[in-house]
Amino acid sequence: MQVREAKTDDAMKARTMTEDATNQMRETVERIYRSESRQVLATLIRLLGDFEVAEEASHDAFAAAVEQWGRDGIPANPRAWLVSTGRFKAIDGMRRRARHDASLDELAKQLESATASIETEPQEDEPVEDDRLRLIFTCCHPALAPEAQVAMTLREVCGLTTEEIARAFLTKPATIAQRIVRAKAKIRDARIPYEVPAEKDLPDRLDAVLRVVYLVFNEGYSASTGSALTRHDLSGEAVRLGRLLAALLPDPEAMGLLALMLLQDSRRAARTSPTGELILLEDQDRSLWNQEQIAEGITLVQGVLSHGQVGPYSIQAAIAAAHAQAQTAAATDWNQIVGLYNLLLQAEPSPVIELNWAVAVAMRDGPSAGLNLVDAILKRGDLDTYHLAHAARADFCRRLGRTKEARASYQRALSLTRQEPERRFLELRLRELQD
Amino acid sequence: MKYLCLVYVEEKTLHAMPQQERIALSDESMAYCDELQKQGQLLAASPLHPVETATTVRVREGRTSTTDGPFAETKEQLGGYLLLDVRDLNDAVRIASRFPAAQYGSIEVRPLKENGCA
Repeated sequence: MQVREAKTDDAMKARTMTEDATNQMRETVERIYRSESRQVLATLIRLLGDFEVAEEASHDAFAAAVEQWGRDGIPANPRAWLVSTGRFKAIDGMRRRARHDASLDELAKQLESATASIETEPQEDEPVEDDRLRLIFTCCHPALAPEAQVAMTLREVCGLTTEEIARAFLTKPATIAQRIVRAKAKIRDARIPYEVPAEKDLPDRLDAVLRVVYLVFNEGYSASTGSALTRHDLSGEAVRLGRLLAALLPDPEAMGLLALMLLQDSRRAARTSPTGELILLEDQDRSLWNQEQIAEGITLVQGVLSHGQVGPYSIQAAIAAAHAQAQTAAATDWNQIVGLYNLLLQAEPSPVIELNWAVAVAMRDGPSAGLNLVDAILKRGDLDTYHLAHAARADFCRRLGRTKEARASYQRALSLTRQEPERRFLELRLRELQD
Repeated sequence: MKYLCLVYVEEKTLHAMPQQERIALSDESMAYCDELQKQGQLLAASPLHPVETATTVRVREGRTSTTDGPFAETKEQLGGYLLLDVRDLNDAVRIASRFPAAQYGSIEVRPLKENGCA
């Protein structure tokens, strides 16, 4: 009906077309928002010197884009347009507010002269990529609490909303919001510089960044509470972050971490049953492993190993690769894996790695060798409250036919774990031993 | 996502302000709201008449009763609201923190339930 009328009514026709065009432009801007908003924000933070001012400026720029691009067409370099518009809007806003606060006028002047050069500078990709790195390093700054680092990285670098982060970590949005607000206040008050650390600090600071990425990955990978779907996204985000880091900063450990995440993630479909039960590596249906991720992971590991610089993530990736390459559980090269754990223990001595090493030794030399090693670790008291240490001990005892001890250790492990599928797995083993 | 920002201020503080300052605060608030509306982040906003103009309605066992004013004596009173449509809670908090009244009173940011009525 409306359409027919519009045919005879030029004004209405024109309006319908404008509405269509605006909607279409909104979609285009929406698409550009998804691909460019993080980069635009990262650059605006550098230019404007403040997270919140930059966020506001970025929002202004995208809002202006819907209007202006519809009229004038999409600019040749949308990102540069958005950055320049955002900067202009921020300075303009400061001017307007300066009517109430004279100090802002001065600030606006300073900003204008300090950032005037970007108008004439060619917009090359390189400085923009630097801005993304700056953003990552600032979000993962050690002066921020670890959970704040995670929240900041996911929101500012990955573009997740406060609510999405809260859902993924099973916390209230208000809690996450406060973490982010406090982190930003800390960055401002402590004058945490917006920069990629100097070379001498880089290894330590990169460690912190990689730790945050791996934390995000593990939160998604090993989490068993909450809906599997929402938590899965965290691992995906971590892999995306890992890719970004490896591309921006081709550090061997960044590559190693990406490889490790890909290789672990490749087993996702095989590690739980359709009813959500945990399936151990040796019992997994290997045809479900994602071969594409495995191939990419192995290539990355080989690249890192061939350069001779091997850090903890690369070694762990090499261990994961050894598993991925075994056609069957029985074909696993345990000798190679024991060797890699030895390397890992040297690179990063820790009781948990020692436990993994003990399990690998048990696979190579039999359960009694493993039992001796685990008992020695437990005797030191290091892993007394770590459920997997008791679960490993229980497994060795079970295989040795020491049922009573096995049962006691399974029970201890059960009392220490809070993860539902792990609980069910341990309960199943306990029931089997009672039969 | 939509958020309702409830602006609480101590009416006494506002009354005690010099008139010029009060007008400036009001101008500033309106300018900010205009700006938010242009960006498509503000759906509605308004200051409210003082709490003494309030009427409270209750229906109990089919009987409607009305009383004057709010139920409890509080230090700060609801003085206005903003209904935001923004990306997430932190965006809402950022916008609320820039609202001039935040410097005098407090702003409660509450997410709207999706699929509610209206």
